[in-house]
Amino acid sequence: MSTVPGTTTAPGVLERVRGSRLLWPVVALVALVVANAARNPGFVSIRLQDGHLYGSLVDILKNGAPTLLIALGMTLVIATRGIDLSVGAVAAIAGAVACTTIAGTTDPTSAGAVTRGIVLALVLCLVLGLWNGFLVALLGIQPIIATLVLMTAGRGIAMLITDGQIITVRNDAFREIGAGFLILPVSILIALAALGAVALVTRRSALGLLIESVGINPEASRLAGLRSRTIIWTVYVFAALCAGLAGLMISSNVSAADANNAGLWIEMDAILAVVIGGTSLAGGKYSLSGTLVGALIIQTLTTTVYSMGIAPEVTLVFKSLVVIAVCLLQAPKVRERFRRHRRTGPAEPTAGVASWSADTDGPSAPGHPVGQDASPATAPATNASTAPKQKVAQS
Amino acid sequence: MLNKILPVAVSAVALAALSACGSGSAAAPGSSGAAAGGDAIVMGFAQVGAESGWRTANTKNVQESAKTAGIELKFSDAQQKQENQIKAIRSYIQQKVDVIAFSPVVETGWDTVLLEAKRANIPVILTDRAVDSEDKTLYKTFLGSDFVLEGKKAGEWLVENSKGESAVNVVELQGTTGAAPAIDRKEGFAEAIKAAPQIKVIASQTGDFTRSGGKQVMEAFLKSNPDIDVVYAHNDDMGLGAIEAIEAAGKVPGKDIKIITVDAVHDGMQALADGKISYIVECSPLLGDQLMDLAKKVVAGESVPERVVTEETTFTQEQAKTALPQRKY
Repeated sequence: MSTVPGTTTAPGVLERVRGSRLLWPVVALVALVVANAARNPGFVSIRLQDGHLYGSLVDILKNGAPTLLIALGMTLVIATRGIDLSVGAVAAIAGAVACTTIAGTTDPTSAGAVTRGIVLALVLCLVLGLWNGFLVALLGIQPIIATLVLMTAGRGIAMLITDGQIITVRNDAFREIGAGFLILPVSILIALAALGAVALVTRRSALGLLIESVGINPEASRLAGLRSRTIIWTVYVFAALCAGLAGLMISSNVSAADANNAGLWIEMDAILAVVIGGTSLAGGKYSLSGTLVGALIIQTLTTTVYSMGIAPEVTLVFKSLVVIAVCLLQAPKVRERFRRHRRTGPAEPTAGVASWSADTDGPSAPGHPVGQDASPATAPATNASTAPKQKVAQS
Repeated sequence: MLNKILPVAVSAVALAALSACGSGSAAAPGSSGAAAGGDAIVMGFAQVGAESGWRTANTKNVQESAKTAGIELKFSDAQQKQENQIKAIRSYIQQKVDVIAFSPVVETGWDTVLLEAKRANIPVILTDRAVDSEDKTLYKTFLGSDFVLEGKKAGEWLVENSKGESAVNVVELQGTTGAAPAIDRKEGFAEAIKAAPQIKVIASQTGDFTRSGGKQVMEAFLKSNPDIDVVYAHNDDMGLGAIEAIEAAGKVPGKDIKIITVDAVHDGMQALADGKISYIVECSPLLGDQLMDLAKKVVAGESVPERVVTEETTFTQEQAKTALPQRKY
């Protein structure tokens, strides 16, 4: 997140920043915030209100937490060359189960009711994740079809649980998950903790490498002795758990479960966040810090629409223009053209691949050891190949 | 092995789906006992489905009103599918019911089946939703809410209650972009507040008729517009979301910022009685009695107006407190 160009003059770092796939998403994010601040200076102001931070940026963090959490699960699924369309429905089910459980207990305001509701909801999500994983890993159904089953049926299940009604609960403990504050919004703290845990587990152990290898070539991984089925199964279960937790946040934020609308189309937002973050839908290498930036961009876009007063009729056009711009700026081919236009020397054919691995070693996300597995051979190669261009550009 | 498991899994899913359908359409057309042609009027009613609390209240009300009016009701639930509804209407025609009433799932594609009903001399009444057909003789009347009028009522209350104030800043939480209630409620409100130049809509954004939508939009509004006096939400749920946002901003809903909504569902009425919402315009699903009256007239051959507006009221905080215990939805 500290990848603001120009913060450092050390050439090695600067090159890596320039080569980073995260550069343009971060620029887009900063540009959005700056545009908002230019239009309305109050956008960036943050103050203390009733013992917690209050401001538009805080809202972005709070409302972006569910998308971030779902995108986190989605990143791992996509890294195995899969996709999970059912996360929105799973989120709706989690909210529905939690709220009906809480509303159904003798004392709906007690903390015990909340614990029961949350545990029940997450256990059910675990089962749903097992189901998705079963279809994909064991039966070998294409992920997009396998998860489509639950995407359509899941909302029906949620409706069945809530009886088609919006279930309202009044429980302060439950409210904390989505609307509570520990100076910062509780929801973003949960999401960031999950992100940190995933980064730690997948990047400090071989798990991340295994996930990526399954995504790059499942058959070869299996022949190499990897339990690719177990890995695929695990990521779907994890994605469903993330979705369930996000569903709890969404329903807790408004203290109500709306089976029809909770988490509607959030799977698309999550996939978009992952893609904006630079993870390829073809599987393989993934970037967790990229997903974080992607999710923040999407929520900032939404908040921008509201606070700039963009008419609802053109909202989608505005959003799509920004997203297309970010995706284009990220595409290796477009970046290549971009460089050539700046007359920085002939393009080398490996630049696209090299810059990809460069970003994983980049300084973009302190604290998140993203891409420990980046091949040591390619990273210096990138530095070497981009170094001359750097000098030309600066002169 | 896959080849063996797959068909089994698929058929299991299909079976589950089938049994779900079966339980849903327990009240399929023709399930009622007595045959048509007796003394009582027989009405075939093809409902959309049971997608919301509003719709459930609508179904219950129609069934109860039929009982009190002495009309025999044949009820079917289309589960949000037009083909189911067309099937139901065809079966009503075959059973030679006296009158058919239905809430169309979608606006178009009804001409053929309505023509069949017309040829069989069975009058048709539309409830709650209109059909888009050039031939107005295909149905007798359309009974339902007037969304423009609802918006007007909301605007008129605001005009009445902001007399003498120098400036009233309104933010509007619109329904789903392009939905008829959203367009009409916005239009009616804008028309009504023309009478008071001090009332200005300073921001208007869609909250998709949902609580989280209303909350997110209101959070953004509160930060970009420091002086908000009134929130006008196109339904209760968005208003309830706005309440949460206002409270989180350290302001008091109902005092610092007044909230006007449309619908009057239970949670909204509760908030009105609690003083958090200031005024609610009702959009009532309880059109059963009016429907039965119209049915009797139509069967007796009397002329009825082409458009009948549901009897709807408005609620202030005091009225909500007295009305709340008897609310059906």
